[in-house]
Amino acid sequence: MLAKVLVRILMLLAVACSLCVLGCTVERRGEHSITVAGSTSVQPFIEVLAEEYAKERPDVTVNVQGGGSSAGVRAVLTGAAELGMSSRALKPSESAVRGILMAQDAIAVVVHPGNPVLEVDTVTLRKIYTGEITSWQQLGWLDRRITVIAREEGSGTRGAFDEMVMEDAEVWPGCLVQDSNGSVRETVAHDRFAIGYISLGLVNASIRALSIDGVDPCFESASSGEYPLVRPFLFVVKDEPEALAKEFIDFVLGEHGQAILAEEGLIPVNARTAN
Amino acid sequence: MHERRIERLLTCAALSSIAILALIILFIFKEGIGAVRHTGVLNFLVGSRWSPSREVFGIFPMIVGSLWVTVGALLLGAPLGILCAVFLSEFAPPKIANLARVSVQMLAAIPSVVYGFIGLVVVVPLIREYLGGPGFSVMASSIVLATMILPTVISISLDAIEALPSSYKEGAIALGATKWQAVAMVILPSARSGILAAVILGMGRALGETMAVIMVAGNALSVPTGALAPVRTLTSGIALEMGYATGLHRQALFGMGIVLLLLILGLNLIASSVGRGVRR
Repeated sequence: MLAKVLVRILMLLAVACSLCVLGCTVERRGEHSITVAGSTSVQPFIEVLAEEYAKERPDVTVNVQGGGSSAGVRAVLTGAAELGMSSRALKPSESAVRGILMAQDAIAVVVHPGNPVLEVDTVTLRKIYTGEITSWQQLGWLDRRITVIAREEGSGTRGAFDEMVMEDAEVWPGCLVQDSNGSVRETVAHDRFAIGYISLGLVNASIRALSIDGVDPCFESASSGEYPLVRPFLFVVKDEPEALAKEFIDFVLGEHGQAILAEEGLIPVNARTAN
Repeated sequence: MHERRIERLLTCAALSSIAILALIILFIFKEGIGAVRHTGVLNFLVGSRWSPSREVFGIFPMIVGSLWVTVGALLLGAPLGILCAVFLSEFAPPKIANLARVSVQMLAAIPSVVYGFIGLVVVVPLIREYLGGPGFSVMASSIVLATMILPTVISISLDAIEALPSSYKEGAIALGATKWQAVAMVILPSARSGILAAVILGMGRALGETMAVIMVAGNALSVPTGALAPVRTLTSGIALEMGYATGLHRQALFGMGIVLLLLILGLNLIASSVGRGVRR
């Protein structure tokens, strides 16, 4: 009796699940839609591009989803998204997919506007994030504890920062972790003693970006390669992208798309494939 | 025949919730056990280093974080909620009591992300200004969670108090007790199992809350050194990294899910046995 009932329940569950899956698939695969998923650092830029693209191709909907660079790679592999977005170079373990460079982004190290410290070098920055330097006094300001803000493990910005600044050193476990560029910016804007890092394109008047190794973070220094903290923004594709996805990539790499990205604070690139 | 069919339908409905619970537990264990084995149960539980990129998974800081934040929320929220329930049932004029009841229900309807946002723009800066530290802290999380568990604590203790036969209170008053004496010596002790249940449900809510805590806790990976230190709880740890995690890292997050599940089951078991003890 009990076994029978259980079998029935399981069958019901199976039916329910398959209905769900079916429903989702139907919703996602509209005739003229592509899904772009991945890095939350790339996401706002692709959203702007998608809006612009809709003006050229009103019949195509570009769905933009976040989730992080790794999730983007996974989404492309499972077919949940046609295109992935990554804000870091692909790892050796991700050789099943290919990256297409769409732009470069600089990471700015930001502090409160009222902070008199104007510059920091990479070594000092590393020491701040390993917890060796804990007071602003060591950078020539008040003897107040530095509120160190990092991004969560796995995010593209964190990955790029760890790679370029931390090298093999481990991030101090006591530092605050915020889960987006926006919340890092908010926190730094309201805490006089905070330091954090965000995408250069998202720096605004509420915070101030520090010079790194004597180089001001700006568009020119980043594109010339002088500024040390520059990372790639990639489209992630599996094999050859479908026609619709390909068209969107071409749009982004084209003159118009690159001009938009430059306007939004990124460093444009010529169309070329990065691995 | 018809009767029997209905009966079966009801049995199915009842069993399905058990089946779902069983499937969830099965799934979490299946997904999470790999990382726990890889790290070793003891290292997983008491290891204080969490570094997914180096495949080091120690969740001790997050277990401590969850417990700290929950205890803090209960210390603030439970007395406030119980006293509020006593006021509503025994002392409040009917008009105020009604108004308060409606407000409590509304409080329960506010989405947790709104609590988190208010915590972020109000509580965190206040703590940073007046008490020091980064503001993102055990205290901020506890204050936000205490507010969030209020509706649960209030409405269930209120039910418990109102379920008492009115002869208890009348008897106490007839013996010459003041209103407060009746409450403190007769009503609260007789309703204690219900009140305990209210506190336990509140505790479950506090332990499981994720979104609001991510926004105000600071999510640091160290064992909190005090009420003003930032903290990461098990739930926010899972939610922060779930989107990115693959392979062993993902399994470790499910491993945290196992620990969270066991923690909540354990607390519930303790609580229900204490509840039985109290009733006797």
